[in-house]
Amino acid sequence: MDMTAERSIGWTILAAAALLMAAGAHDSAFSIHMTIMALAGFAAAFATANGIGFLKPSLADLSGRYDDQVVRWGVLATVFWGVVGLLVGLVIAAQLAFPQLNIEPYLNFGRLRPLHTSAVIFAFGGNALLATSFYVVQRTGRVRLAFPSLARFVFWGYQLFIVLAATGYLLGVTEAREYAEPEWYVDLWLTVVWVSYAAVFIGTIVRRKEPHIYVANWFYLAFIITIAILHIVNNLSMPVSFLGSKSYSAFAGVQDALTQWWYGHNAVGFFLTAGFLAMMYYFVPKQAERPVYSYKLSIVHFWSLIFLYIWAGPHHLHYTALPDWAQTLGMVFSIMLWMPSWGGMINGLMTLNGAWDKIRTDPIIRMMVAALAFYGMSTFEGPMMSVKTVNSLSHYTNWTIGHVHSGALGWNGMITFAAIYYLVPRLWHRERLYSLRFVNWHFWLAIVGIALYASSMWVAGITQGLMWREYGADGYLVYSFADVVKAMHPYYVMRIGGGLLYFAGALMMTWNVYKTIRGDLREEAPLHQARFDPAGDKPLPARA
Amino acid sequence: MPVIKFQKTLERNITLLAVATLVVVAIGGIVEIAPLFYIHQTVERVQGIRPLTPLEQAGRDIYVREGCYTCHSQMIRPFRDEVERYGHYSLAAESMYDHPFQWGSERTGPDLARVGARYSDEWHTQHLKDPRSVVPESIMPPYGFLADKDLDPEAYGGHLVALKDVGVPYSKDDVANAQADMQAQGSAESDSAALKKRYPDAQARDFDGNPSRLTEMDALIAYLQQLGTHVDFRKVQPQEEDQR
Repeated sequence: MDMTAERSIGWTILAAAALLMAAGAHDSAFSIHMTIMALAGFAAAFATANGIGFLKPSLADLSGRYDDQVVRWGVLATVFWGVVGLLVGLVIAAQLAFPQLNIEPYLNFGRLRPLHTSAVIFAFGGNALLATSFYVVQRTGRVRLAFPSLARFVFWGYQLFIVLAATGYLLGVTEAREYAEPEWYVDLWLTVVWVSYAAVFIGTIVRRKEPHIYVANWFYLAFIITIAILHIVNNLSMPVSFLGSKSYSAFAGVQDALTQWWYGHNAVGFFLTAGFLAMMYYFVPKQAERPVYSYKLSIVHFWSLIFLYIWAGPHHLHYTALPDWAQTLGMVFSIMLWMPSWGGMINGLMTLNGAWDKIRTDPIIRMMVAALAFYGMSTFEGPMMSVKTVNSLSHYTNWTIGHVHSGALGWNGMITFAAIYYLVPRLWHRERLYSLRFVNWHFWLAIVGIALYASSMWVAGITQGLMWREYGADGYLVYSFADVVKAMHPYYVMRIGGGLLYFAGALMMTWNVYKTIRGDLREEAPLHQARFDPAGDKPLPARA
Repeated sequence: MPVIKFQKTLERNITLLAVATLVVVAIGGIVEIAPLFYIHQTVERVQGIRPLTPLEQAGRDIYVREGCYTCHSQMIRPFRDEVERYGHYSLAAESMYDHPFQWGSERTGPDLARVGARYSDEWHTQHLKDPRSVVPESIMPPYGFLADKDLDPEAYGGHLVALKDVGVPYSKDDVANAQADMQAQGSAESDSAALKKRYPDAQARDFDGNPSRLTEMDALIAYLQQLGTHVDFRKVQPQEEDQR
């Protein structure tokens, strides 16, 4: 059944509708966004009508292999958005040290900061999750992706979401709720994309040839379902006009705060933890060539992790106007969360049982181990900071920033880099990476970068917290607020150094990926790499 | 073990696995968030709290648009140092009409929950245009462009309607007069009696030092100048002591 013409006409109609909305828009930002959507719609119509390759499985993919085209695009998007997100991070770090770097209005800190957070979480992290989930669900089910056209729509639709969100921040289109900044129409678009994503992922599991659903897929599934609920509930809002960008949150004050941090904390819990644990559960055993350490531990820690995480949101609101009972509940569950988190870390690290020597010989394994170590560290630090007495010092300070980045750069970044290094030679059918020595360099640049970043922010945060509450013998506060701002300067400068090192590592990865895809091999002393049998990497044939 | 057996059933059936996941993740949110909408004491009513005037709300829209929450909190915690630095700790009622809440999570800059009436309008204008000219240590970005952007009072009624739809108690009268109220509050000459009838403690004057135009700078300063000023804590304090 060929629906090419109908689909192409459908896209054209949607694009024309967007163009009409652009013409009738109440504000210029909405007009720009509708024009972008219209252009995307026309591009989709054109590509569909002309059968351009990236909208359907390529011939090479059709001949008894997995449907990896969308995975390849996802890997490239991950690398691209990673570099963009880190670069914007560097810029805003520099703005805090040297405020002259703010260029009003579009490039002020307040508009760039959500661009940084969204770019690294949703663009870099999100594309990594899309790409790896499509890769893993095919391999562990021994079946090709369900709904291949829809899978391509998910990829391109998600990129459109990123472009709309990112341009929106620069234009001042924001709901001003952390990590949920995009406005109502961008949220609606993401909902469509996300439901399609769930359909492709779950559809592929339904068609699997293996009787059991592999543990990585439990985590991907929990991530997809929970993010859908969080996204929809947290973004309930009332647009001022259906032809304008502005909307007001459905909730106010206390209720809005807790809804937002229920969302915010579980964006960490399900986007940055469950999803990335899924990556860990596939790529660590593969690279180590060892089975997952404990099946029972994975069951216990999966169910307890997803149950407990949801409760932890109120620890972002300690000592605020949120009722005490909710704060205490949030604190208690945050502390309990320590155990299932470490369950994941232990299961990952102990998978190396019998292969510990690979930490020395295999730079990709070394990256994975570092990622798990940082995961363990930040999931200990998190519960500690959620204790109310600790939080009274740490809240509102740079300690929080240090904590977040030890998790984001250490855990999310490193496990993603490791997965990319695992995937690229396999996806582009290359003998090996261009250079494993470069991976080693990337590892050390990243480690030193994180150490510099996290330690400077820890010291900055504790200094800040103590200075704010410092009383002199005369019974008066010792420091004005401006004194404390001034005291932060050296730490802000140190942080730029850490960020630069981490960014340099990411650039080395970009070069390495580029050269590998080109098919180049760097002449170098060999390092250990995991075995790979391309002949076995294919779906089971359909039953006759 | 029966648990393992149950798990083996779940992990062979995607429908069961998905439903079990959904149920497990839903519990925490329902138990924690839902009661906040029903428990009466969550937001204790306090005298003096009113919805923002159209000009102040337009200023809040700018506060939101520029991402001020990325550096400034609006939530004073009940600690000696915070109360001495910023004023009485924040009450739930003080943000009950805030869609969205702007409590913030970072203090790269100071808390703003009670910044209202602490500095002069001239100070705010100067500070927003060139922060380091009044606070040499400041690392705040400049916002001089606000003084060059005119407000559009004509279209503002629609914003109050949207806020009314999500629960802010604007009356029909408030919505109908949004344009007039906005113009009255932002200029020195015009008569603000009607505005003050609707919003009793509203401050009406030219805020940005440029009486010929009604700008985004006027709106933002009008918003900042009312922050945390509505509750009269001299009246609330004795009540708190009574309850001890």
